[in-house]
Amino acid sequence: MSNVDAKISPYLFVAPFFVLFAAVGLFPLLYTAYVSLFDWEVGADEPGFIGLENYRTLFEDDQFWNALFNTFSIFVLSSVPQIVIAVVIAALLNANLRARTGWRMGVLLPYVASLVALTIIFGNLFGPQYGLVNDVLGIIGIDPIDWQASTFGSHVAIASMVNWRWTGYNALIILAAMQAIPRDVYEAALVDGASALRRFFSITLPMLKPTLIFVIVTSTIGGLQIFTEPKLFEPSGGSGGGTEHQYQTVVLYLYQSAFQGLDLGYASAIAWVLFLIVIAVAGLNFFITRRAVR
Amino acid sequence: MRHRWISVLICAAVSAAATTACGTGGASQTADGKTELTIATFNEFGYEELFAEYEAAHPDVKITQRKTGQGQPHHQNLFTKLGAGSGLADIEGVEEGYLSQVMSKASQFNDLKEIGPKIEDGRWLDWKTQAVTTKDGKLIGYGTDIGPLAMCYRKDLFEQAGLPSDPEGVKALFATWDSYFAAGDQFVAKVPGVAWFDSAAQVYNAMHNQLETGYYDKSDKLVVDTNSAIKANWTTVTSAVAKGQSARLGAFSNEWNTGFKLGKFATKTCPSWMLGVVETQAGPENKDKWAVTDAFPNGGGNWGGSYLSVPKQSKNAKKAAELAAWLTAPEQQIKAFKAKGTFPSQVKALDAPELLEQTNAYFGNVKAGALFATQAKKIKAAQYKGPADGQIQETVFSPALQSVEQGKNADEAWATAVEGAKKAAK
Repeated sequence: MSNVDAKISPYLFVAPFFVLFAAVGLFPLLYTAYVSLFDWEVGADEPGFIGLENYRTLFEDDQFWNALFNTFSIFVLSSVPQIVIAVVIAALLNANLRARTGWRMGVLLPYVASLVALTIIFGNLFGPQYGLVNDVLGIIGIDPIDWQASTFGSHVAIASMVNWRWTGYNALIILAAMQAIPRDVYEAALVDGASALRRFFSITLPMLKPTLIFVIVTSTIGGLQIFTEPKLFEPSGGSGGGTEHQYQTVVLYLYQSAFQGLDLGYASAIAWVLFLIVIAVAGLNFFITRRAVR
Repeated sequence: MRHRWISVLICAAVSAAATTACGTGGASQTADGKTELTIATFNEFGYEELFAEYEAAHPDVKITQRKTGQGQPHHQNLFTKLGAGSGLADIEGVEEGYLSQVMSKASQFNDLKEIGPKIEDGRWLDWKTQAVTTKDGKLIGYGTDIGPLAMCYRKDLFEQAGLPSDPEGVKALFATWDSYFAAGDQFVAKVPGVAWFDSAAQVYNAMHNQLETGYYDKSDKLVVDTNSAIKANWTTVTSAVAKGQSARLGAFSNEWNTGFKLGKFATKTCPSWMLGVVETQAGPENKDKWAVTDAFPNGGGNWGGSYLSVPKQSKNAKKAAELAAWLTAPEQQIKAFKAKGTFPSQVKALDAPELLEQTNAYFGNVKAGALFATQAKKIKAAQYKGPADGQIQETVFSPALQSVEQGKNADEAWATAVEGAKKAAK
C-alpha cells in the first residue's frame, strides 16, 4: 500500500456521505439563510437585499407567534402522553407474554400505515358535523365539539394522530433498551425485597436514561416540524390551518408563505428561526432529561 | 436574473441523475430533426387525440405533453420555474383562479398578438379575452374552456317547502340575490334540518365576481375597505348564515361530500363542471332529485376554465403559439369538449350542434350544453383582478366566511378579512 493511498483512501471512503450531506443538507441550509436576507418573491426578476428585515417582520407577525404556540401546544399534547404510554407499553411487552412477537409487531402496525391515509381517516373521524368521534361523544351525552373551529379541540385531534402513529414505535425502542438491562440488578433488588413498582422506578427508568434522551430529542425534532397532519386535517382547507389558523403550525405557515404567498425570503426566515428553536428546545430537553432521570 | 447560475447548477446535478427535466426550451430538436413542443396541462384538457392530428398535419413537429393530475401542483411548478428562469414547457396551461398571479408576471410571457398567428376577431367570449389582456393591451393567453354558472337545486326539497320546483318556475326565485335569499328564508322555515346553500364562501364568491370593481381597482390599489359593495355582499351573506341558510360545509371537504349524500342543502351555485361533482357526491340514490336551471341571481358568472400561454422561456415561441392557437380554435375545442367535457370559451363552439344537444342523464336529461351556453352569454364583463386577487379569495375571504359559520362574530371576522387582505397584497 502506497503512502498516498493510506493517507487519502480513508477520506475517500467516508466522502460519499459528506459530499451528499454538503449537497442536500448543508448547501440548502446555508442558501436558505442567504435567501432570507432578500425580499425574494417567486418569479421576481431582481430580488432586493433587505438585510434582517424579514426577521424583524417575523417577530412582529401575530400569525407567526400563533403558529409557534400551536406547534408547542400540539407538541406537548403529543410527545408527553406518547412517551409516558410508550414506557408503560414497553414494560408490559417486557413481561412474560404468550405470542410475544405478535404483540410486539402489533404495536408497530400504526407506524407501517401511510401517514397521508392515516391523516385523512382521522380527519374524517374528527369531522365536526358527521364525524364518528362526535357521534360517540353524543351517545355518552357530551355535546358535539367542532374539532376544526376550536383551537384546543383541533390540537387534541392532531395530537391523537401523532400519538397513534408514534407510540408503538417508541415503545419498541424503549423495549429494546429494557431488555439490555442486566437481569442480576433486578435479582439483587428482589433479594432486597423491592416491590415491582420500586424496581421500575429505581432500576428500569434510570437505566433507560440514554434511550429516553434519544426518544425525547427525536420526538422534539419531529414534533416541532409537524406538517402533514395539520396540512391534511381538512384537505380542502388549503394551508391556513383552520379558518383562523387554529391549528396552523410553523412549518405549515412556512409552506403557506413560500408556496401560496410565493414569498421565499420570508419563508426562509421562518425556516431559520424554526431551526434555531428546534436546536434550543432539543438541547433543553437533553439537559432536563439528563438531570431529571438519575 | 442574478441567481440563475444556482438553478442551472441544481438543474445540471438533477438532470445528470434523473431525466432531462430542465431547460426544455433549449435543446428542443429531436434526433430526427423535428421541433419538439412541450405542453404542460393539468386535470383533463382533452387534447390527446388532437396532438396526433396536429402532428399528422405538421410532420416537422413532435408534441410532448406533461400532464399533472391537479391544478395546484401544476401552478406551483409554473411559478417556481418562472422564478428559476428555466424549465417551463413551451405552452403552459393557466387556470382562471391563478390568472391574477400570472398577470402580475405578464412580462415573463409572450404577447400572443405579437408572436401568434392572425386570429379572427371575436373567437372567444369578450370577457374571457378581457381577463387575460394586460393594461397595455398584451394578450397573455388563448382561452380554452370556461365554467359558466347556473343554479342547481333539489326538486324534492323545493316541493317539500312549497316552492315551485320546475326549471321554469324556479327562475323567479333565482332572479336576483334578494329573491334568492328571500326564498332561502322561506325554505329554512319550512324544511327543518336542511339548509338553503352549502357554504357561505360558495355564494359570496359568485356575488363578488359580479361586482364591477373587486378587491383591487384598475391601478392595482387594494380597495377592500373602501369598496362598499364588498362589505354589502359580506353583510348579506353573513346575515343569511345567521338565519340558518348555510349548511356550514366547506366546499370539497369530506363533510361537504357527506352533505350532498344526506341532502343537507337545497341549492348549489353550479358551474358547468359541477354537474359531475354533484353526480359523484350525491350518488345514484339521489338521482333525479337534483335539477339545474338556466338562471343565476343577477345575471351570470364564471368559475373555472383555463388558458394556454407561451412563456418567454420557450425557444420555439412562434411554433408554440401556432399550436396553442390551433388547439383553442372552436373546431378543436368542440372535440376536447366531446372527449373530456371541457366547456368551450369560443363563441362559435357555443352554437355547435354537438354542444347544444348534449344532455345530462343524472339531472333528468336536461340539455346541459345548451343551458350553459345560454349562461355563458349572460356574463357581461370580466372583473379586473389585481396581483393577489386569487390569494385573497382563497386564503383570506373564504376562511373568514367559514369562521363566521363556525360561530365567529361577523364584524370581527370582517376586520380579520380586511387585515388579511392587506397582508396578502403587501
